[in-house]
Amino acid sequence: MFKDHANIINAISTAGEISGRKKLQKIVYIAKKLSFPFHEKFQFHFYGPYSEELTLRIEELCEMGYLNEVKEKKAGYYQYCYSITDAGQDFLSIQEVEMPALEACLLDMNEQNARFLELVSTVLYFDTLEKEEVTEKIFTLKSKQKYTPEEIEEAYKYIDQLKTKAKPNGCF
Amino acid sequence: MEYSAEKLQEEKVFKDPVHRYIHVRDRVIWDLIGTKEFQRLRRIKQLGTTYLTFHGAEHSRLSHSLGVYEIVRRIVDDVFEGRPEWKPEERLLSLCAALLHDLGHGPFSHSFEKVFDLDHEHFTQQIIVGDTEVNKILLRVGRDFPKKVAEVIAKTYKGKLVVSLISSQIDADRMDYLQRDAYFTGVSYGHFDMERLLRVMRPREEHAVIKQSGMHAVEDYIMSRYQMYWQVYFHPVTRSAEVILTKILHRAKHLYEAGYEFAQQPHHFYSLFKGEVTLADYLKMDEAVMLYYFEAWEEENDAILKDLCTRFMNRKLFKYAEFHPSNSQMNKLMELRTLFKKAGIDPDYYLVVDSSSDLPYDFYRPGEEEERLPIHLLKNNGEIRELSRESEIVDAISGKRRTDHKLYYPADILRDESTKKNIKKQIRTLLELSD
Repeated sequence: MFKDHANIINAISTAGEISGRKKLQKIVYIAKKLSFPFHEKFQFHFYGPYSEELTLRIEELCEMGYLNEVKEKKAGYYQYCYSITDAGQDFLSIQEVEMPALEACLLDMNEQNARFLELVSTVLYFDTLEKEEVTEKIFTLKSKQKYTPEEIEEAYKYIDQLKTKAKPNGCF
Repeated sequence: MEYSAEKLQEEKVFKDPVHRYIHVRDRVIWDLIGTKEFQRLRRIKQLGTTYLTFHGAEHSRLSHSLGVYEIVRRIVDDVFEGRPEWKPEERLLSLCAALLHDLGHGPFSHSFEKVFDLDHEHFTQQIIVGDTEVNKILLRVGRDFPKKVAEVIAKTYKGKLVVSLISSQIDADRMDYLQRDAYFTGVSYGHFDMERLLRVMRPREEHAVIKQSGMHAVEDYIMSRYQMYWQVYFHPVTRSAEVILTKILHRAKHLYEAGYEFAQQPHHFYSLFKGEVTLADYLKMDEAVMLYYFEAWEEENDAILKDLCTRFMNRKLFKYAEFHPSNSQMNKLMELRTLFKKAGIDPDYYLVVDSSSDLPYDFYRPGEEEERLPIHLLKNNGEIRELSRESEIVDAISGKRRTDHKLYYPADILRDESTKKNIKKQIRTLLELSD
C-alpha cells in the first residue's frame, strides 16, 4: 500500500530538495524511462511529457504532511519547491524502497536546469525515432524554446551518462 | 480517383441519440468503421463501471468515437471550410484522428491499465501503425498517413490546430462525451449549447478561438464539465466498483505468480500476468471476455478472488468513509490495517483509499507545469484574450483543483459477528460505522 507514494517521497528525499514542478515532473519521467519503478502515467502535453497522476500524488503527499511545498517568487512567476518532512521520513522508514542506483541519477538530474531536463525528457519520449526525426520534432514542437543542435547533442550524451549511472541497479 | 478523395455513392447516416445523425461520405471513414479493431469498441463501455451506479450508462466507446468524428466533421466542413487559416488538406487527417482516438482502450481501462501497467494511448498508436485492418486502410491514403494520424492522437503532430480539435480544453472529444454521458446516465447536467459553440469557433494557426459573443456558451460548457465530473465520473459508488475490479485483477495476478491452480484457466490473462502483451493478445481482450472470467471465478477455491468476483457481478459493493489525508488519518489507517489483519481480513484487498481529482479549467502560467492550452476568445476588435480574463465565472474556478479521497471497506463482513466479534467492533468504532 502507498508504494508509489513512497517511491516519490524517496526520490525527493534523495535529491534533498527539488525546485519547480516542471523539474520534478521531468526528473520522475526521466527516471521512469531509465526503468526505475515509477508507475505514474505520462502523456505528451503541448510542451512535453507530463503526468496528471504525479501532480495528484504530490498534492496528496503534501496534504498528508509528508512533503513540504514552498512557493517561491522568481523573476515574473512563482515556483514551488519540494522537500521531505519529519513525518515523511518516519513514513519512508517503514516502507521498502530499494533503488540504490537512483541516487546518483537523481543528484545529477537535480543539478541540471528545468529547460535542459525538458529537452532530455522530450528526446526520451521520442526514443523509438531516429535521431534526425527527433531533432526535427524538437524544432517543430518546441520551437519557442529555441533549442540548438548542440543542446540536442548534449541531451543525447547526457542520457548515455545517466544510463551508465542507472546500470548498477540492473535497471537499463 | 484517389482513395483519399473517394466519396460513397450515397451518404450513409447512423442514427444517434446525441447528434441525431452521424454523416459519412468519405470512403476511408466508411472503411475504417468496418474494421475489426473499430468494431471491438462496441465491447468496451465508455464509462467503465458507471453502469453499476447509473444503469443507463451502457453506451460503448464505438458510439462515442462516432460522435467525436461527427463533431469534427461539422467543424471542418461547416465552420472552418473556406477560411484562410484552415488547410483543407488536413480534413481527412482530422476526421480519421477523431474517429480513431480511443481505439486502444482496453476493458474497464482505468483498472486494467493500472494493474497491468499498460497505456491505452500506446496501444492506440500500435493499432494505427501496426499490422491491422485499420493500418491497411490508412496506408491506402498514403505511406505516411498512419503515422500522421497516430501523431495527431499523441499530440505530437506539427499542425497544432488539428491536434487541438481532438485534445484541448474545448475539443470534440469532451463535447461529445459530456453530452453522451449525460444522455445515457440520465442526469440533467452535461448539457450545453454545442450548436452555438461550433458556430462561433474560428480557426487560428495553433488552435481554434471562440468569438467573444460565444463566451456564455463556453461558460456553460465548462460548468457542465465540472458538474459531470463530480456528479457522474467521480461518483463514490462507481469508484467502489472500480476498487473491487482493480482488486480482482490484482488477486488473479498474485495467484498466478504464486503458482495457484485456477479451476478456470485464465488463458486470456497469461500474457498480461507475464507482462508480455502483444498487440494480438491485447485486441482479444474486451469486457465480454473479462466478465466471463469474473463469473467463472465466482466458483474458484481462493476465498478472496471468489468473494471479490461475487461482489462485482452481483453489485455487493464496498461502503466508504471520507478520508482526508493527514498524518493523523494515516496513523488511523495503519491502525485499521493492523486490526483488519487480526480479524482475518486482508487489508490489501479490503481496505482501500481511492482518490479522484479534477482541475476544471486552467491557463498557462510561466514556469509551471500544468501546460494546458487555454481557451481563447476573439474580441470584436480582433484582439485575442484568454478566457478567464474575460469571464468572472471561469476566473473563479481557474487553476483550482478539487480532490476527493475515500476509504473503502466491506461493511457486511465487518458487521458479521460470527467471528472476531470484538476486533470487528473496534474496527467499526474507528470507521464510525453503525452496528
